[in-house]
Amino acid sequence: MNGVHDMGGMQGMGPVQYEKNEPVFHAVWEGRVYSLNRAIRAWRKWNLDTDRHGIELLPPADYLRMSYYERWFTRLLTNLVQFGFVTKEEMESGKPAPGSSRATPALTATMSSGFLSRGIPSSNDPKVRPLFKVGQRVRARNINPSGHTRLPRYARGKTGTIMIDHGVYSFPDTSAHFLGEKRQHVYSVRFTARELWGESASPRHFVHIDMWDDYLERA
Amino acid sequence: MNTTRRGFLTAAMAAAAHGQLGAQESGHDHQEVPSDLTLRVKALESLLVEKGIVDSAALDALVDTFEHKVGPRNGARVVARAWADPSYKKRLLSNAPEAIAELGYTSGQGEHMLVVENGPKTHNLVVCTLCSCYPWPVLGLPPVWYKSAPYRSRAVIDPRGVLAEFGLQLAEDVELHVWDSTAELRYLVLPERPSGTENMTEDQLAVLVTRDAMVGVAKVPAPRPGGNE
Repeated sequence: MNGVHDMGGMQGMGPVQYEKNEPVFHAVWEGRVYSLNRAIRAWRKWNLDTDRHGIELLPPADYLRMSYYERWFTRLLTNLVQFGFVTKEEMESGKPAPGSSRATPALTATMSSGFLSRGIPSSNDPKVRPLFKVGQRVRARNINPSGHTRLPRYARGKTGTIMIDHGVYSFPDTSAHFLGEKRQHVYSVRFTARELWGESASPRHFVHIDMWDDYLERA
Repeated sequence: MNTTRRGFLTAAMAAAAHGQLGAQESGHDHQEVPSDLTLRVKALESLLVEKGIVDSAALDALVDTFEHKVGPRNGARVVARAWADPSYKKRLLSNAPEAIAELGYTSGQGEHMLVVENGPKTHNLVVCTLCSCYPWPVLGLPPVWYKSAPYRSRAVIDPRGVLAEFGLQLAEDVELHVWDSTAELRYLVLPERPSGTENMTEDQLAVLVTRDAMVGVAKVPAPRPGGNE
């Protein structure tokens, strides 16, 4: 979706604000929100792409105002109700519904280190044929899906060169919405800054963007 | 406890719906924490523990991992090894996940990694314009500035301007490569080894390497005369 999260190339956001000796979490609640999100994903009711889309769905003004972990907390509340973990009544009372059964946590402390090292699947599955090859000129398609996508607006319609074939990954645009993994090749595509930003850009500036087969067409 | 908790979560949901959550914050990404977020998050955790959905000890373990075990010191060990051992550097640049796993760093968000090397005429910079993708096993969780609108919006269109704000002025003839982490690949910059470090051990080198240099917003400074150790 063409949301406010798709920030590449926007202007007017001000200077970078740097904090010296920044702590990992600025308050205890941030660490709890982070780990609640991780622990609940161990239930596998939704995936990483669904989670990313949950943040994108925040109203733009809220997205810009909220701190990072406030966004995570708000998304979590929404997901918990939507995917049936917690009823609205339980959110209201803060207590489990009378007579409701107690679950067994999907993630325990002894499991957590193994859980952390479990990977995002990819493969070199030869049955999934690449549509493009290294060195080929390609154009990022001009698409504007209203759901989740990882094709940033600033690259659409722009021409670049395939530099690396990263292998086969599931396709976020479908996987976020439980429409299948639609596994396909992902490439590192190099764009000149002049192609992206016009003739005033430096000829010695390049942007490398990772793109799925479905984002590309022959140039 | 019930009365304390009652209403906090509903209030949080209603506030989110009406765009009021965090209204006590100033307009930027910096953390002025609304105190009731502490209470709301506690209320949610208590509810989820009582329902058996999460285990508090597992949450403790996750927080402990990212506060104490995973962080930029891991990445610094990788960089120092690459500087000290040319065959390791070769492996790191050709198969980063395996080379990084040699040092024991294998947690999530590092399964698919690419290490990009800086040189006298090449500089690399890492960003995630769409969210906050970052190589957790070697750098830990990202700092607030990396996840902020100013960095994400400008790193791809005005990288030299961004670098100048970090105090890094790149010469005009240096090629600048910006890596936007739009898929599951995670990027680590292998900074240039500073001069004056020829006789340093791998441990001494690791001390010099900063998180910012491994994201590409800084160079590794040469050691001060007299040595760092």
